[in-house]
Amino acid sequence: MAAILAVLEQRAGTLRKVSLEVLAAARQLADASGATVDALLCAEGPVSGAESLGAHGADRVLLATHPDFRLYSPDGIGATAAAAAAGHSAVVFAATATGRDLAPRVAARLGVGCATDVTALQIEGGKVVATRPVYGGKAIQRVRLDGATAVVSVRPNTFAPAPSGKAGTAERFAVPAFQARVMVREIKAPATAALDVTEAPVVVSGGRGLKEAVHFKLLEDLAGAFGNAAVGASRAVVDAGWRDHGAQVGQTGKTVSPSLYVAVGISGAIQHLAGMRTAKVIVAINRDKDAPIFKVADYGVVGDLFEIVPRLTEEIRRIRQD
Amino acid sequence: MKIAVCLKRVPDTTTSIVIAPDGKSIVEAGVKFIPNPYDEYAIEEAIKLRDAAGAGEVVVVSLGPDAAQETIRGALAVGADRGVLLQAAAPGDGLEVARALAAELKDGGYDLILFGKLAMDDYHHTAGPMVAELLAWPCITAVAALRIEGREVTAEREVEGGIEVSTCQLPAVLSCDKGLNTPRLPALKGIMAAKKKPLEVKPTALGAGTTTMLGLTPPAERPAGRIVGEGADAVPELVRLLRTEAKVI
Repeated sequence: MAAILAVLEQRAGTLRKVSLEVLAAARQLADASGATVDALLCAEGPVSGAESLGAHGADRVLLATHPDFRLYSPDGIGATAAAAAAGHSAVVFAATATGRDLAPRVAARLGVGCATDVTALQIEGGKVVATRPVYGGKAIQRVRLDGATAVVSVRPNTFAPAPSGKAGTAERFAVPAFQARVMVREIKAPATAALDVTEAPVVVSGGRGLKEAVHFKLLEDLAGAFGNAAVGASRAVVDAGWRDHGAQVGQTGKTVSPSLYVAVGISGAIQHLAGMRTAKVIVAINRDKDAPIFKVADYGVVGDLFEIVPRLTEEIRRIRQD
Repeated sequence: MKIAVCLKRVPDTTTSIVIAPDGKSIVEAGVKFIPNPYDEYAIEEAIKLRDAAGAGEVVVVSLGPDAAQETIRGALAVGADRGVLLQAAAPGDGLEVARALAAELKDGGYDLILFGKLAMDDYHHTAGPMVAELLAWPCITAVAALRIEGREVTAEREVEGGIEVSTCQLPAVLSCDKGLNTPRLPALKGIMAAKKKPLEVKPTALGAGTTTMLGLTPPAERPAGRIVGEGADAVPELVRLLRTEAKVI
């Protein structure tokens, strides 16, 4: 097969961690088909972290620079990725806010369908076959991409970055002429500098069992103890206005695949389970021993979360200090 | 302001999904269908924008089976003016759906075309930006806050670790996220009025597309877990298991 193109992400000159996952997915397709990996990096100028791309699977890094590319340019990066995709058998994006915006644009420009939010990739009969959750994770779809170029976006936290120890080459890629119909003006920092639930290795989520919005402080403390955790929420508490909708985990919110998911005071409605069942390890803390959440949890603790969570926070803190 | 809203009929998110014997579709019997929840933010926003402008029209366009007429009527009941059903069997390839929608919308004289940010069934996130590319219109996806002044659109959307602020000019395609507004519920008067609003049904042929669905399977069952214990006294054992058995901390 022809080379695989990995479309990487940076923000304001710093490589985003998810880019290494995109490279790992592209590398996997390349290794399965005897192809090489080209990595496209669209930025305003030099990108810190780009020096590690060769060691993470890029045979060749294509650096496309433009003043509009500091944050994001849907039209400019869309046009550049579509131009770079020429002659490639597959293009891999991250299923992030940016990748979800970009992949369909590039697919439309190339005249092919695309598979979004992919959790596994194979080569079958010379074609890319993507595995992806549908119906919010209640079913798993396998889809074959028959177009000249397969366009996919891969779900964050699904493809582990894979150091290869090789050194790639780097070259400039010319940005084609484009019409900037949308201008990204700024990225405002959120009220708290919290990790996003889709990208955090640990997610601590709360539901109605917390009784009041202010009790989410318990979960923020627990997340703080882990150090690499985001605080998520069930639909019920988001609809009640306790937490921002960006924190909602479930079919009508975000789908997450962290290494560890801690469900606190969440009963486990089907639409919530759909959003977190691909977590590697699930812990449930709930006073109702018959709550559905215990059916998907690897480890459960039954009882009063107001006693259990502070104790857990204390234990995690102690471990991390050791 | 003339606004089109693209609406999809999807299975209720509170329902279980059972895979049909063909291994490629779901059992629809007994499943309640609802308007795609993200599309409801688009409908609400369209009605608000039309009413704020004091003039205009909200047209609901749905691609799907005949039963989607009912979904369109639901949007007419909350205030949309008329509906168009692009009648087509099981939409598969996202680009083919976008092509059919773009063909319908291209010469409609719209100022704005709104979508939900994703469809709750196939999870594609693709219809809005694909239609925008086909029309060569500006497109901002997953919009959670919106301001339109004259022809200038300012939209905010959540990105990892921040809120991205973008601008573009009308006509534009926007896809809507939760947080944009609170969709209204239909009143009895609206439901009665909806029955008399125009709903055009257009049989639509979709192209074959470049994606082939190979099969649908239930998600892998998680291995049976266990209750570590009760109350705070179980915490040390839980932490020990997470460290030594699960190796996640």
